[in-house]
Amino acid sequence: MYTFSNKLMTFSIILMVLGALGVGYGFMTSHKSLDEVKTILAEEASEHGSGHAEETTHESATHDEHADEATHGESSHSTTEKAQHDDSHAEHVQKQIANRPWSALYVAAFFFMMISLGVLAFYAIQRASQAGWSPVLFRVMEGITYYVLPGALIVFAIALWAGPHLFIWMDPEVMANDEILQNKSGWLDKTWFSVRALIFIAGWSLYRYFSRKYSIAQDDASNIKNFKKNFRISAGFLVFYIYTESMMSWDWVMSVDPHWFSTLFGWYLFASMIVSGITVIALIAIYMRAKGYLEFVNDSHLHDLAKYMFGFCIFWTYLWFSQFMLIWYANIPEEVTYFVTRIEQYNFPFFGMVVLNFVFPFLILMNSDYKRVPWFIVLAGIAILVGHYIDIFVMIMPGTVGDRWYIGIPEIGSILLFAGLFIFIVFTALTKAPLLAKGNPFIKESEQFHY
Amino acid sequence: MASHYEAPIRRPLIIGEKSYHDISVDIARPVEGRANKQWWIVFSIALTAFLWGIGCIIYTISTGIGTWGLNKTIGWAWDITNFVWWIGIGHAGTLISAVLLIFRQKWRMGINRSAEAMTIFSVLQAGLFPIIHMGRPWLAYWVMPIPNQFGSLWVNFNSPLIWDVFAISTYLSVSIVFWWTGLLPDFAMIRDRAVKPFQKKIYSLLSFGWSGRAKDWQRFEEVSLVLAGLATPLVLSVHTIVSYDFATSIVPGWHTTIFPPYFVAGAVFSGFAMVNTLLIIMRKVCNLEDYITVQHIELMNIVIMITGSIVGVAYMTELFIAWYSGVEYEQYAFLNRATGPYAWAYWIMMTCNVFSPQFMWFKKLRTSIMFSFFISIVVNVGMWFERFVIIVTSIHRDYLPSSWTMFSPTFVDTGIFIGTIGFFFVLFLLYARTFPVIAQAEVKTILKSSGERYKKIREAGQSLVGTGSDVRISNSARDNSKNLKK
Repeated sequence: MYTFSNKLMTFSIILMVLGALGVGYGFMTSHKSLDEVKTILAEEASEHGSGHAEETTHESATHDEHADEATHGESSHSTTEKAQHDDSHAEHVQKQIANRPWSALYVAAFFFMMISLGVLAFYAIQRASQAGWSPVLFRVMEGITYYVLPGALIVFAIALWAGPHLFIWMDPEVMANDEILQNKSGWLDKTWFSVRALIFIAGWSLYRYFSRKYSIAQDDASNIKNFKKNFRISAGFLVFYIYTESMMSWDWVMSVDPHWFSTLFGWYLFASMIVSGITVIALIAIYMRAKGYLEFVNDSHLHDLAKYMFGFCIFWTYLWFSQFMLIWYANIPEEVTYFVTRIEQYNFPFFGMVVLNFVFPFLILMNSDYKRVPWFIVLAGIAILVGHYIDIFVMIMPGTVGDRWYIGIPEIGSILLFAGLFIFIVFTALTKAPLLAKGNPFIKESEQFHY
Repeated sequence: MASHYEAPIRRPLIIGEKSYHDISVDIARPVEGRANKQWWIVFSIALTAFLWGIGCIIYTISTGIGTWGLNKTIGWAWDITNFVWWIGIGHAGTLISAVLLIFRQKWRMGINRSAEAMTIFSVLQAGLFPIIHMGRPWLAYWVMPIPNQFGSLWVNFNSPLIWDVFAISTYLSVSIVFWWTGLLPDFAMIRDRAVKPFQKKIYSLLSFGWSGRAKDWQRFEEVSLVLAGLATPLVLSVHTIVSYDFATSIVPGWHTTIFPPYFVAGAVFSGFAMVNTLLIIMRKVCNLEDYITVQHIELMNIVIMITGSIVGVAYMTELFIAWYSGVEYEQYAFLNRATGPYAWAYWIMMTCNVFSPQFMWFKKLRTSIMFSFFISIVVNVGMWFERFVIIVTSIHRDYLPSSWTMFSPTFVDTGIFIGTIGFFFVLFLLYARTFPVIAQAEVKTILKSSGERYKKIREAGQSLVGTGSDVRISNSARDNSKNLKK
């Protein structure tokens, strides 16, 4: 049995407290009056000199309605219109500043939820494919997936609580003036959004609950009935998962930019999810093994996990590139604004994450000896996790805060808050059951596994 | 590789009281024997179809593309449909030999050789279409970036059709190298068994002097792993690039970002179906039921079921996003597929690809050889229609209603397709008579861990010492075989 060390528990609580303070600070500083925003803008304008005009063109990519007005104002040069434009521009910026702590909280909450959901999918795949190497890691995976239910509920709660701060379609006023959104109102509707979210969360948590139950029941069982049940529900869950994961990605992430659409989006998010999940399995397994709790996990198991990290890094890049290249290539205006905004306003994170998520782990994990060295896996793992946080960041932020983004106290505070919560919940869950799923018929194969 | 211990719950992959010698004999039998009457009949039919296809190709090239059913609106139809179909079929071979190797799936060993052969033969068929659908195929070499006397006139690397050239030629070359490397120990086995000098000579040439030393085997394994690691991204990228032919365009119904992984999933789906079709027949006519067991067929059916479901999710996603996008052209493209003049093709596609693989959820059906054979044909029909539907229904009605038309193939379109099927079977039938159709060297590595006989010995708690030798050819094993009967 694992005991949650006091040190780690204190650490996670400190993270949560620090994080909560950061989040609180973010919310306290985000309420700017219109005049304050105007002063900020004036200061920026004087700093940049004639940079203001440039900024307004930047703006055009984010919010079409506003942009039309802006360019109109610029071109006509009449003073009244100019003043009107300044007002509406300031209002727009005011909203973006107000959205920032919400988005920061949402990105971090989603990121940690996505990790445990990715682990749940990986776990189900391992069960359904009757893998012989991984059963010694099942309890670690089950511990991580304990976060799915609270994590997903938190994401859902933030989504509803933030409302139009994140999803402009939740604003009735925006909806009333936007014909494109009205056409989508059959899907983008707060009630339906909630019903769907609850179905997804219920499905994932039910699978998690029963799978864990059967897994523990199998430990001392004389037959393999529970193992078989687990096999069946895992196959069923995977079918449920592939559909709900796609819909979840449209609801929870893609609808932040409700004018934009991409068929690949759900699978792209899946790639991000699974690679971060596997990385976290590897990191936690390395940590627990170093503490002497997983003596049956050998270098070959780490090697396999590292191979999965390596493989899914490439897979993520494949989907990232496909989605980006196809839209860049065809350059159809209704789609391409998505990437125009990101390249113009998020250039460094947008391309930087490709280095973190692909180039660096690709080079580090190519060598098969390195894949057996915990230190290397941790190094690659940190890059992957940071990279995928940025991935989610770049999915959400442009639609909510536009060019007002920064990774500062609200963002880091939110990461710390959810990291602390994640560690606390996962490691508490790990103390609840023996770390070796000994009743699994593949456990001996897994213990003796050697590559 | 994985350790020698195998969980008792795993079912045997080699059935019967096989020894290493039995494996050699069983696999060499079709190569060493003579073709029977049925083989000649089938071969003649395939050859006739092939010759008919050649006739149609010559007619097209000498007369012009106008002999096909294409028109000004529909510039691609059967040609590219068949091209994508054949390329898709080819993907299962690499999937079985490379991806399943990476995932350490021992069951691949019974089927990888034939799956790879199928890859190579179907990529050859696919490779015909990019050339013969050209208006001036004699200038096809212009697609290569070769320094020349036109002031070094170059190709434009922005076209997915150029990427196709590189993708397919690389894919074919890597597949052949991968296949041939695996064949070396097997050709050596045939060489060492050959009694006729002519056969001995041929197989000596083909086996490159393989002598099976420890160092050779070590390098052989490493090369296989590296090639598998390279072939996996290759197989994904090849069909991805094929999908880019459509997805980079601005045609409603073609321009969609899900195409790359969705085409790959479809390729695996149709490829596995074709492997199933071929192997169900092959295990029967070559008496290889002990190596290609019902479990192999069941597992292939499961892969078909999974990839079929992924394809199904992609169909639903496309439909949803078409509605969600609010783009009327996109919405119409899908409405037209479901209710337009080609609705029959769309519904054939839907039935064959989305509904039929769902039968595989039932163990009774997926372990039935007859049913698997039937579904494997259905899937390939469905996947042909998928490509046809994507290509033709998207372009026969797009932006300008004044250029809406219909498409109907001529006998030359169909003739060439039949010809490629004939050519494929000519190659495959010749292969089945001259090549070891199962990778005996690989199958021998799993005999002791996954052979039925050895599983029984282990279950009975007896030692495996000495059980590798064959009682018919050595005396040392006799005592052990007596042990077995206890």
